Amino acid sequence: MSNGVNVVGLYVRDQDEALEFYVDKLGFRVHTDARNGNYRWLTVQHPQQPSFQLGLFKPGPPVHDAATAKTLSEVVAKGAMPPLVLEVDNCRAAYERMSARGVEFTQEPADRYGTVDAGFRDPSGNGWKMIEVSTKPSSQRSQ
Amino acid sequence: MSQTPELLRRLLRAKDRIDGAPEKDWPVRRLAEVSAVTEAHFAREFKKAFGLPPHRYLLTRRVERAIALLRDTDLPVTQVAFQTGWNSLGTFSRVFRDITDESPGEFRARERPVPHEREQVPECIVRATHRPDLKTAVSEKRRKKVAGKMGLQLKEAL
Repeated sequence: MSNGVNVVGLYVRDQDEALEFYVDKLGFRVHTDARNGNYRWLTVQHPQQPSFQLGLFKPGPPVHDAATAKTLSEVVAKGAMPPLVLEVDNCRAAYERMSARGVEFTQEPADRYGTVDAGFRDPSGNGWKMIEVSTKPSSQRSQ
Repeated sequence: MSQTPELLRRLLRAKDRIDGAPEKDWPVRRLAEVSAVTEAHFAREFKKAFGLPPHRYLLTRRVERAIALLRDTDLPVTQVAFQTGWNSLGTFSRVFRDITDESPGEFRARERPVPHEREQVPECIVRATHRPDLKTAVSEKRRKKVAGKMGLQLKEAL
């Protein structure tokens, strides 16, 4: 696939901490970790999703002035950034595995709307829903 | 004085606890502990971060859940009150009215006028489409109204 969304970024308070979380606790892989002066372009990738990168970016210069960076950091820490969804084939198993690694869950797995979902946050405050893949056949990419 | 992202993140942890189980009692002591903030500072810091005091936030979350149960289930109002964390039907009705401007019974009657049409639709879809989208509604309302109407009643609880 050559057309599509390639990178979506999150703001994180500390890129080393975020890297440790997404790689060691969630099982993502580092895709790019490139520095240019103080700037660090860091993206990770789900092992089963080679065409998509999740950027882990720290608000700050040269992209943001100090006041803007501070505001962004506050918004993230208050959990006010948009929701993220992680699809898993077994929500309860993933919950057990991730809990054991120290992931901070905000909601234990619950049966709802024909599937199972749970909720967790990354160290910065970004909130994830973890939803079990529905057993219904998916129509995506069926063309 | 501005709040550091680290403090906000810890306060968020307390808010997450409330969100996860609004039917439980959440004494300031326990929430302060979750946030690693002194009891004396917790309510003020929480309000500064999220716009309203922790106890009032808890009540709005309970009412949100009660609204969902009134709309989506046939549970008697008393059961709805108990399941959403109130020990007394009177308190539940009063707070519910303060926040929504109508009684639990009135709300249910208005929200469920023609139930039979939903029988054609799978239950999970019905539940999904009628899931309340209340984060905005209640937070908007509580800003406008709760502050004025409930301020006095709740001060002692904070």
